[in-house]
Amino acid sequence: MNVRAILARTGVYIAIPFLFLVFWAFMAWHMKNEVILPGVGQVAQLFMEPTKSLIAMGPLTTNVAVSLVRVLSGYLLAVCLAVPLGILMGYYGTAFRLMNGFLAMFRPIPPLAWVPLVLAWFGITSFATLFGVERGYAYLYLNNLKFSMIFIIFIGAFYPILTSAIHGVMSVRNTLLDSARVLGASEWDIFRKILLPASLPSIVNGMRIGLGVAWMCLVSAEMLPGSLSGVGYLITHAYTLARTDIVIAGMISIGAIGAFLDLFFRIIEKRKFVWTRLTR
Amino acid sequence: MKEYPILHVQSLRKSFRTNDGGTLEAVAEVSFEIPENDFVCIVGPSGCGKSTLLRMVAGLESITAGEINYRGDTVSRPRKEIGMVFQEYSLLPWRNVIDNVALGPEFSGVPITVREEKAMEYLRLVGMEAFSQSFPHELSGGMRQRVAIVRALANDPDVLLMDEPFGALDAHTRILLQKELLRIWERHRKTILFVTHGVDEAIYLADRIMVMSARPGKILEIIDVDMARPRHRGDPAYGQLADRILAILEQEAAFSFGNGSAAQY
Repeated sequence: MNVRAILARTGVYIAIPFLFLVFWAFMAWHMKNEVILPGVGQVAQLFMEPTKSLIAMGPLTTNVAVSLVRVLSGYLLAVCLAVPLGILMGYYGTAFRLMNGFLAMFRPIPPLAWVPLVLAWFGITSFATLFGVERGYAYLYLNNLKFSMIFIIFIGAFYPILTSAIHGVMSVRNTLLDSARVLGASEWDIFRKILLPASLPSIVNGMRIGLGVAWMCLVSAEMLPGSLSGVGYLITHAYTLARTDIVIAGMISIGAIGAFLDLFFRIIEKRKFVWTRLTR
Repeated sequence: MKEYPILHVQSLRKSFRTNDGGTLEAVAEVSFEIPENDFVCIVGPSGCGKSTLLRMVAGLESITAGEINYRGDTVSRPRKEIGMVFQEYSLLPWRNVIDNVALGPEFSGVPITVREEKAMEYLRLVGMEAFSQSFPHELSGGMRQRVAIVRALANDPDVLLMDEPFGALDAHTRILLQKELLRIWERHRKTILFVTHGVDEAIYLADRIMVMSARPGKILEIIDVDMARPRHRGDPAYGQLADRILAILEQEAAFSFGNGSAAQY
């Protein structure tokens, strides 16, 4: 392949990001005020040395790692609850009628609206408190996992996953269930071997959306009292110090990791669920 | 000890509750008995409740009144001895062919090597062994139904219920599969209860034909098909029997029109 062909192919992907960077560089040069808009180079510098300690909060990488662990723990909790509950509600009409009215009432509440209550309930209680760890490395790690943050992230991820699990199970064709019953499937077989695989594409899609929402709740969760680390906190702390370059670096980290996690799900969908696109 | 027929249906009724609070009678007073190894076809106008009848025999549908007995045992839920093949696409799309065929034995806890071997043997029966690793979406409609039939057979049922299994296929494939079904039946001698709206299909396949009325479905006539196999569609007796059945169905249609109930169809 010649150089032009390669350029033409990759050009489609990088043209707009490139123009955006040019625009940003131009505006920064034009404004000459690094608090309002720092230069591209200034932000890039932060990514060149990701392990350098920033504004007395430790390096960027550590804060990203702390945030990632927080998001994943709230998210995994949401997955573990929403998937089985969604399958139950999708399959048993009674379970649906029992739970749906109640859950639908909480669905429209933005995760952020829970903050005052969550603070009143959990304060700065963390997993370190739960496990009774009071010092050492384990304390440092566990103390970063505040119940309040996990709860906010959990709420954000829970509903997209629940809804897609219910929808996935409800759209399983009856003939599949009937043919399994006729072949002697027990209720457990129906769950494990028919309902779960049949609704898995929908569930994974919900998990993908849920992870996006969880990640978006991160900044608000990390603004809660008791938080001393994480990208969300880094951003708000840098804001108070007028370090806009760090704010932007934090935003880019969140965006990049979110996009990467999304890509991971898209690859799974593409590789594992070929059958959904090809069946009528 | 009294010898029970393999399938005995007594005064079976089925009514559904409609959305406006009324009841809709789908099946009215159906009684019949099926001897072992018989190939019985049920023909009737569409919407006459023949599929509902079959689903009740399979244990998939609740019974409003009456009784269904398999070798003297009440049928109230699906059971291994009674298999079923559906008209619609019923293979699990995320499993390959062999794992689909092995599904019944898998549910009864047969070890994987044993059930795969058995599935393979049944795939050979319909010449599908080369497709064991294929996925349903890679197969044609006729191949999918072949797999659906052997999947039912691999569970070793005594009775095979078939709900218009060839209804969605093109004419040519349908005739091929009818032949193949007869070949399998002659070899494995299952008792088959086959629902169709095709009179031609019923005459080609059945030992006996039960003609059903328009809704609420009841059995108008039970006709023995005394023609040697393989049957030929050009045979005069074939045409005469078709005429006779069509006349019953036509009269039935006229009757429903007279009743004003034809508007439902």
